Amino acid sequence: MADKPSGLVQGTLDMLILKTLELEPMHGYGIAMRIEQISKGVFQVNPGSLFPAFRRLERAGWLNSEWRDTANNRRAKYYVLQALGRKQLKGETREWARQAAAIARILEAES
Amino acid sequence: MSLLRNLAGGLRGLFRKQQVEREMDEELRGYLDAAVNEKMRRGINREQAVRAARIEMGGTESVKQRVRAASWESLVETLWQDLRFGLRLLRFSPAFAAAAILSLALGIGANTAIFQLLDAIRLRALPVKNAQELTEVRIAERNGATGSFVSRYPNLTNPMWSQIRTQQQALSGVFAWGPTSFNISPGGPVHPVQGLWVSGEFFGVLGIVPERGRLLSPEDDRAECASPGVVVSHAFWQREYGGDEFIVGRKITIEKHPFEVTGVAPASFYGVEVGRNFDVAVPLCAEPTIRSEFSVLNRRDGWWLTVMGRLKPGWTMEKASAHLRAISPAIFEATLPTEFDPGDAKHFLGYKLGAFPAGTGISGLRETYEDPLWLLLGLGALVLLIASANLANLMLARASAREREMGMRMAVGATRGRLIRQLLAESLLLGLAGALLGAQLAHGLTRLLVASISTDSAPLFVDLAMDWRMLGFTSGITVLTCVLFGLAPALRATRVSPGAVLKSSGRSATSGRARFGLRRVLVVSQIAMSLMLVVGAILFARSLQKLATLDAGFTQNGVLELDLDLTALHLPVDRRAEFKGLVLRRVRAIPGVESAAEAGIVPLSGNGMNRQVLLDRAGQVIEGKSELNEISPKYFATWHTPILAGRDFDDRDTLTSPKVTIVNESFARKYLAGANPVGATLRVKSESKQTGPFQIVGLAKDAKLYDLREEYLPTMFMPVTQKEHPEQDETILIRSQASLFGLISVLKSTVQQINRGIDMDFTPFDRMVEVSLQRDRLMARLSGFFGLLAVLLATVGLYGVITYMVERRTSEIGIRMALGADRASIVHLVLREASVLLGLGLLIGMALSLAGSRVAAAMLFGLKPTDFATYVLAVASLSAFAALASFLPARRASRLDPVVALRNE
Repeated sequence: MADKPSGLVQGTLDMLILKTLELEPMHGYGIAMRIEQISKGVFQVNPGSLFPAFRRLERAGWLNSEWRDTANNRRAKYYVLQALGRKQLKGETREWARQAAAIARILEAES
Repeated sequence: MSLLRNLAGGLRGLFRKQQVEREMDEELRGYLDAAVNEKMRRGINREQAVRAARIEMGGTESVKQRVRAASWESLVETLWQDLRFGLRLLRFSPAFAAAAILSLALGIGANTAIFQLLDAIRLRALPVKNAQELTEVRIAERNGATGSFVSRYPNLTNPMWSQIRTQQQALSGVFAWGPTSFNISPGGPVHPVQGLWVSGEFFGVLGIVPERGRLLSPEDDRAECASPGVVVSHAFWQREYGGDEFIVGRKITIEKHPFEVTGVAPASFYGVEVGRNFDVAVPLCAEPTIRSEFSVLNRRDGWWLTVMGRLKPGWTMEKASAHLRAISPAIFEATLPTEFDPGDAKHFLGYKLGAFPAGTGISGLRETYEDPLWLLLGLGALVLLIASANLANLMLARASAREREMGMRMAVGATRGRLIRQLLAESLLLGLAGALLGAQLAHGLTRLLVASISTDSAPLFVDLAMDWRMLGFTSGITVLTCVLFGLAPALRATRVSPGAVLKSSGRSATSGRARFGLRRVLVVSQIAMSLMLVVGAILFARSLQKLATLDAGFTQNGVLELDLDLTALHLPVDRRAEFKGLVLRRVRAIPGVESAAEAGIVPLSGNGMNRQVLLDRAGQVIEGKSELNEISPKYFATWHTPILAGRDFDDRDTLTSPKVTIVNESFARKYLAGANPVGATLRVKSESKQTGPFQIVGLAKDAKLYDLREEYLPTMFMPVTQKEHPEQDETILIRSQASLFGLISVLKSTVQQINRGIDMDFTPFDRMVEVSLQRDRLMARLSGFFGLLAVLLATVGLYGVITYMVERRTSEIGIRMALGADRASIVHLVLREASVLLGLGLLIGMALSLAGSRVAAAMLFGLKPTDFATYVLAVASLSAFAALASFLPARRASRLDPVVALRNE
């Protein structure tokens, strides 16, 4: 898809969202900002992929959402990681590490 | 857990759509605000921050759309949209929608209805436990029998039944039964109900559980039981007793004798005869009480029973038949009627019993209606095929028109899947509407079918649960047709590049030769199938017309049959003739009665009797069979049957005068070589005695006796005034021009004036003729209906193709006209195309009809299935319709303005 965030491997957005929410519940913009900050601007997440992903993760039972007041006193929808999501994140992280290591080994062997 | 959550979330999205949308709006707005705030915090002014944030986000609507698409309920929503859109499109072309739906509904409805009836009378097993074990015991290849036949199924005699019951080993339980009609009125007008003679084992072997009280057991069916208990059916209990709580123990009057009701059979049990329901079941042993002097219980030549049983486990039909064959000689030895002459006895002793599967019950309807129904089912299937072809044609026509639309939608980004889904929804709508309407029609049509093969005296009773299998099957086929041909535009539009479709002028893009060829094939096959149906319709119509207008030897209209039962009067034998004569004189005296006469046998009633006759001719004794009817004077005058020679019976013919007889032409032809029979004598052989001589005093014109289809039968008539033992009933035929209603009421009061104890029953003779032509009328009507439908469908199909052809060739026609072609030559051009299609269709149809109509041979009267005139008429009428269908577009083509036609390009 053309509007995929630059450099973001397909399917990893879900993992990044889950990871971001591991620390604390956040709202949509906060999640986008956090991903951008931590990746030092490598990944820019646009709302066109972010919100469908929220809907998907919510339906899968990995996230919950609730309306809360923000720091500057506005209402926003906060996403909360669920036990199922935590488990999923753990699994995906392990798998990612395994694959990344494998890819790295292959790339080293090639050169 | 997550599935449940998904489902709940989806349902919330569907049913609380507004709230979900509002939340999504708020969340997105919040996002935007946060982004703007963030940018302003970095020192960008508000206006620029808003602009930048909006650009980053992209269109709010497209984000929302993508969020919606992430969940399953959006699929439901687009499906709903597709259906609504399809409905709107169909509303825009109501003629197309109506034609498609109606033709589908008629095809589906007719097929389902016919199949339901066929299933009910032919295919379905009896509603009893392990019906497949049921076996009938009867004489294999009886080839005629001698004696009295007093049942619809006169298979065996009671003495035979007693023998079979004790001797057979093949069946684990056996029972005997016979259908009859009982008068349950205690007096006055006759109240006939469907009766059943049953042996004591009947209910037990069938495994029927009573709804009330108890059913009959062998205890009830003991020899010489005078007045045993009887069982009534559920329907009868509801109808006659309003479901009376205390029915058990109540008395019911059968032929003037009281019987106690012991129980009620369950609603699901209608007996073992398919197509009939019983009202009252009476043990065999009560037969002498009810039939009194006509009892056949102990007569060895009284045929009235059917024997059935359950096959023992491990036995096959073949093994059972072999066993029954082995015990046959002893059984027939023991039950041989003593009065048989050696010839009859030899035939009788040669009978062999056999076992026959009876899991689907016994049915006389089957013989009459099974073949016609299969044939009708075939015709109905043809109609469905034609309707499907028509639909395919219509769908293809629409497809061409919509190719540009499809190309356009592809160009603006519709996916192939979405287009196909859209068209599928439309086809499904058509198919489902057709199926739904078809189911409704099937319901009504089945009732109509049942009504048209029911008679007053034997109402047809069938369990007509909607047959979902058949409905599903026919609907499936048609929906498949819709889908296949409805998808054509999507498949084509998605195969061709949208640019090509849009660039082309539209007309030339749709004139793909292959697909137009398909439409021609469809039309040719429609015409061919229509011709088959038209041929069938005309064959059956002509057959019915021949039956209805043939010379039966009597004038059918204006004759009323009056049946009197004098049993209650207890007249001694020697006073009966006198009393009957008195009644006849009173009837004749009624104003408006043209003529009246007594008749032993009423033509076409199905009743009859025959005798062995002996004649002396040229010193030789000739022996043969002749039908016999016992009549009063004026019988022939009442029928308007001329007496060709000699005289009618009259007052001269009394008990003491010389015995006389009148014979018909066939009799004279067969036994007297066609010579004038008046003055000749004959003798009658009855059982082992000979009676006579009878002097022939008259020659009557031939008339039909049992059935309108028969060849005239040799018949002799004897005067009732010379009968030694007159019966206690009297049948009077009355010819009158008076209104039936008035006549019946006058007759009622006249008879009641003579004696209030006389039971009466009235039957207009034309009603009887109608009943005898029931099957022919059914075939003529239904095949006519199918034929008409087929012609209409084929006409529409041809019209569509020719119109399409004209549109496609508009510019060509314009050029021709511009170059000087006149209107006639344009019409000729179009008609030539049509006549090629028609000719091809007719040719194929003719071949198919000639091959297929042989099936109908046995159902036709007075003409062959290859009847030349029928084919000429069928081809002519179909051609006329086709000419009309192609002339209209041809004329339109000829009126084209060449300038307009060319500018069109």
